[in-house]
Amino acid sequence: MKVEIRVPSAGESVTEATVASILKPSGTAVKADEEILELETDKLNQVVYAPSSGQLELLVKVGDVVKVGQVIGSVDTAAAGVEAKKMPVEPPKEPVKKEKEPEKKVEKSPEVPGAFPGARKKVDAALQEMQSLEAKLPEKIASPTPAPSSARQSLPSADGRQTRQKMSKLRRVISERLVQVKNETAMLTTFNEVDMSTVIAVREKEQENFQKRHGVKLGYMSFFIKASLAALQEFPDINAQIEKDEIIYNHFFNISIAVSTDKGLMVPVLKNVDQLSYAEIEKQLKTLAEKARAGTISIDDLQGGTFTITNAGQFGSLFSAPILNPPQSAILGMHNIVKRAVVIDDQIAIRPMMYLALSYDHRIVDGKTAVLFLMHIKKNLEEPTRLLLDL
Amino acid sequence: MKNYDVVIIGAGPGGYVAAIRCAQLGLKTCCIEKNPTLGGTCLNVGCIPSKALLHSSELYWKLQKEATSHGIHMKDLSFKFDEMMLRKDNIISGFTKGIEGLFKKNKIDWIQAAAELKSPHEIAVGSEILQAKFIILATGSEPIQLPFLPFDEKKVLSSTGALALKHIPKKLLVVGAGVIGVELGSVYQRLGSEVVFIEFLDRICPSFDVALSKGLQKSLTAQGMTFHLSHKVLKADLSKDVVLSVQGPSGEVSFSGDAVLVAVGRKPVSDKLGLDALGIKKDAKGFIEIDASFRTSQPHIFAIGDLVEGPMLAHKSSEEGVAVAELIAGHRPTLDYFSIPNVVYTSPEVASVGLTEEEVKAHGLSYKVSTFPFKANSRARCTGEEEGFVKILAEEKTRRILGVHILGAHASELIAEPVLAIASRATVDKLADTCHAHPTLSEAIKEAALGVFKAPLHM
Repeated sequence: MKVEIRVPSAGESVTEATVASILKPSGTAVKADEEILELETDKLNQVVYAPSSGQLELLVKVGDVVKVGQVIGSVDTAAAGVEAKKMPVEPPKEPVKKEKEPEKKVEKSPEVPGAFPGARKKVDAALQEMQSLEAKLPEKIASPTPAPSSARQSLPSADGRQTRQKMSKLRRVISERLVQVKNETAMLTTFNEVDMSTVIAVREKEQENFQKRHGVKLGYMSFFIKASLAALQEFPDINAQIEKDEIIYNHFFNISIAVSTDKGLMVPVLKNVDQLSYAEIEKQLKTLAEKARAGTISIDDLQGGTFTITNAGQFGSLFSAPILNPPQSAILGMHNIVKRAVVIDDQIAIRPMMYLALSYDHRIVDGKTAVLFLMHIKKNLEEPTRLLLDL
Repeated sequence: MKNYDVVIIGAGPGGYVAAIRCAQLGLKTCCIEKNPTLGGTCLNVGCIPSKALLHSSELYWKLQKEATSHGIHMKDLSFKFDEMMLRKDNIISGFTKGIEGLFKKNKIDWIQAAAELKSPHEIAVGSEILQAKFIILATGSEPIQLPFLPFDEKKVLSSTGALALKHIPKKLLVVGAGVIGVELGSVYQRLGSEVVFIEFLDRICPSFDVALSKGLQKSLTAQGMTFHLSHKVLKADLSKDVVLSVQGPSGEVSFSGDAVLVAVGRKPVSDKLGLDALGIKKDAKGFIEIDASFRTSQPHIFAIGDLVEGPMLAHKSSEEGVAVAELIAGHRPTLDYFSIPNVVYTSPEVASVGLTEEEVKAHGLSYKVSTFPFKANSRARCTGEEEGFVKILAEEKTRRILGVHILGAHASELIAEPVLAIASRATVDKLADTCHAHPTLSEAIKEAALGVFKAPLHM
């Protein structure tokens, strides 16, 4: 029996995807749930899994644009257990190893230059490269749909001192969004600093109990999410967004968390944080970060955020102004915790300090609101008991 | 013992060009050639002599056939075969001396001897041993002999023998209607031979687009050549004349003639180089296996040209020689196999670059095709060279040119423009929108390009 493989639904706004890579070529034997190909959409890469075990037949090639629900191949279950066929395409040739040492004493040359794998560009490679070229249409009959991008290929320049590579769809979307934010919003950043001693003390004291009870580490992030939640509830403008000439106030609290992955920045969303405990926040965060890094995250996991937290501190950043995550109106930047001399009650004390940055869209958020919002977060972090009492 | 940066074995269009490029890049270079003259097959017994004879014979044949149509009347038009051959020999010796001069200018040592690898870095040349950091194998290919038709170069000819005949055969049988067969067949047909082709496959020049094979066969047939396709030679009787027993689609037939040219292909000359002892791998046909950087199983020993896979073309070898020289010098060259032209110097000529329509289909590409005949080209009308056409294939989505196939006078020269277009991955629109001088044959390329997505102007 042949089981059809269809393009899975990837969230409401996504109707088509590009075949980014084929992980199992046509004709190979696959097991159920084995990864067979990777689709690239505006938002993320999505892996398509084999629906059942058998012999795979694919109807698409790298670079093809496919619609959600489209049949892109099948698995012939009658052929389950067939031997995996050899890849039909010629595998890239590695420098051939010597099969046997010559009997005579071999004098090895001290250094062997002369290798450049791009030296023989065969017809198949030339055609593949051609596929990545955009159609340059004469203006008058320009096609309404741009040619889809295809497999990315690095092209060294003539002198080999540069390499050109097609942007991934994810990278293109990131760049378009960032420039759009710069162009279309009135972005401004306000800064403050927070004394982390209490949060650190709570973590140290309760870490063991927390882990025993919940099976997950108590991180800083849950404190920041809770502190932000309280501030968002206090200042609804920050949790709102502009759409044309209207302001949409969101009466739910979905916090986007920036996660860095191999393929670029991903921002999964922790939903309805007002209904989550510290432990639930930590657990969900862990799952989302793992999914983002493994590339198995779904569109749903990335949509619907109302506010973003980004932690540049994990890489050692002392101070930076984050850029908005549209259509949201504000983003909180955390930085690294550094012991600094601060003045408390006219005494110099050593305290673990962190700079906070809040970038906001000045079109919707007034300066005063932004400063008070950040102050609210600062206070809640310095005295977490305020969170218990809704102060 | 002499020490070199690079020793090149073979001074054909691959080897001698590699030597010049190595020397230009400052490498101490030696080129070894077993024959007394430089230039290899191409210069001595291939491209150059065949083109010299093709031109002489074409000139005679055209004067005979076309002069009166131009109002030119001649009395007693005749030719002397030995003078034609002498002209050809003079051209060759001019060229071989020219390469010697280039070697001298570039301070390249060259040794006339057979070479054998003694160790990974040692080459035995006669009693001498050369030491080399890098070695380039460029020993080329030789004609394939049929077991029942051993070359004697009198009655049973290889291409080499066919270029050095003393007398024109009355009836010449040609086994194999590939590029070499149809070119040399044309020479002798024009000079008076009756030429009969016996081809195993179902079309002539099978590496070309089917449209070119068919069109060329039609033209050559009209000139008086006879083609027996899907015919296999079984045995030969050489006791008196040449008599070939041939298996055809409708049974066994026999053909006789006073000579037979065997042009069934060429094989790499890769034995006697001492490669096996060094573990340098060859495939079943004797082609040396190389990686993406032209390196054999020994990473400092390279192989190029007819010794490795790909079409056996002088210009392909030369480009490979340049690429390897640059690799050795630490550069990062790229040789694009998609844009290597291929030409047959018959009349009309055949030239192509890129993929044939069959190959495009096999690659599963969506494409558009356009053909423009030289009949509708003004220059062709002026010169009376109206045979043939330009056929262009372009990818539908990217509008890039996939293949250009030309049958017609001067196709060998016309193909240069499409080669550049494909090498630079130009769209077919670019070719169509480029201004071409009027009246020229090249306008047929523009018109064919226009026909792919728009419409030709003069059809």
